[in-house]
Amino acid sequence: MDPSALPDALSLASATSRGVGVLVAGDNVTRLLEGLWTSLSIAGLALLIGVPLGVILGALRITRNPIVRGVLRVYLEFFRIIPTLVVLFLAYYILPAEFNVQVSGPTVAVVAFGLWVSAETSDTVRGGLVSVPDHQIDAGKALGMNDVQLLWHVRLPQSINLMIPATINLATRVIKTTSLLLLISVIDVVTVGQQIMEANRMTHPDAAFWVYGFIFLLYFIVCWPLARLAQTLEKRAKERNNG
Amino acid sequence: MNWTIVAHSLPLFARAFIVTLRLSAISVVLATVLGLALALFREYRIPVLSQASTAVEEVFRNTPLLIQLFFLYYGFPSIGIKLTASFCAVFGMSVLGAAYMSGAFQGGFGGIPRIQIESARALGLSTPQMIRYVTLPQGLARSVPAIAANAIFIVKETSVFTVIAIPELTNTARDLIGMYYHTNEYLFELVVSYAIILIPMSVVLTLLERRVRRGSFRTS
Repeated sequence: MDPSALPDALSLASATSRGVGVLVAGDNVTRLLEGLWTSLSIAGLALLIGVPLGVILGALRITRNPIVRGVLRVYLEFFRIIPTLVVLFLAYYILPAEFNVQVSGPTVAVVAFGLWVSAETSDTVRGGLVSVPDHQIDAGKALGMNDVQLLWHVRLPQSINLMIPATINLATRVIKTTSLLLLISVIDVVTVGQQIMEANRMTHPDAAFWVYGFIFLLYFIVCWPLARLAQTLEKRAKERNNG
Repeated sequence: MNWTIVAHSLPLFARAFIVTLRLSAISVVLATVLGLALALFREYRIPVLSQASTAVEEVFRNTPLLIQLFFLYYGFPSIGIKLTASFCAVFGMSVLGAAYMSGAFQGGFGGIPRIQIESARALGLSTPQMIRYVTLPQGLARSVPAIAANAIFIVKETSVFTVIAIPELTNTARDLIGMYYHTNEYLFELVVSYAIILIPMSVVLTLLERRVRRGSFRTS
């Protein structure tokens, strides 16, 4: 082993152990968690608005009216093609300018993410609804059900098992996407992290490693269980559908 | 919408377009190759490597690219390891992409009947031979739509590179808006630029999905 490498490794080790202190100092962890809570509540609100809207749009996508179907398809494709970050910028710059209102960063984010969620959900719902076998629909019709009754009593109950895991997966995507909020000046977990690094710049120059590492871990702790849950539910839904 | 402003900024957007395209292409290729390796490790349950593949998949699928990039670009230099912005971008995107690509390949391999592998074993084929003559020829075609979907995802995710100051499309638009405030014009160019790259990809994806659905699903 190269002996000159040893002091280097030692100084590296001592430098990295110093930086951890930043995390536990003062109320830094609490502040980071508060920042995370801001992100999570924005994700939660966006889902609360976007999922019901998406269910309605998804149901409309199986109507016979070609104009409704076409418009909704374009709506979906827009969100499939334009990066979410760009959607966020569009909302951030265009909402206040066009509607002449003062809109806060979190509101912009909820609107932008909500629309995106509704587009993705509409496709999940459409996919689920059309997966219901034709004979089920025919049986419903034979019982004299109208379109709304068919949707509510036949299509939805038989496809909701497939929609739930997809929606949970979408939720993890929305949560991960909240990391972009700092770009529209929302005080999210990343912004708080940067404030902490800035405040400790002189005493802990290696704070970035620990703070970003910690935020990385926070996101993983939130998203991983959700992803696992979605996986389990998906497997169960498939097994049930295959008999 | 002022078209003179659009025309003036066009060369800058053209340059950024190339940057986005180049970084996307490199990331897609690396992610596909690495993703195939991860999927094969898992398919053949190779000790240690297959567990490592699972770990890479779980960690990178469940964390945001932005944090991964900040960690690489700002975190590592703070403990003495300096990396260039382009390296961080391509590395982060390739590993994240591979975590998703692996899933695409596993989905494709999963469609191969188990008896194929058993027959190959009975014939005395080695693992590399089985990969070459059984898994890949049958699995790759089935994986193609999911790979195309992931490629679209990767191109879109390159917009996040803006946070480490890579002069790609989103970064260029943000810089221009910050300097000249012609928001509508620059956002319009930004959306059109992404549409030029992604609409053809999306059309190809739709065609591939239709083809695979017709080809491999027996209609009864």
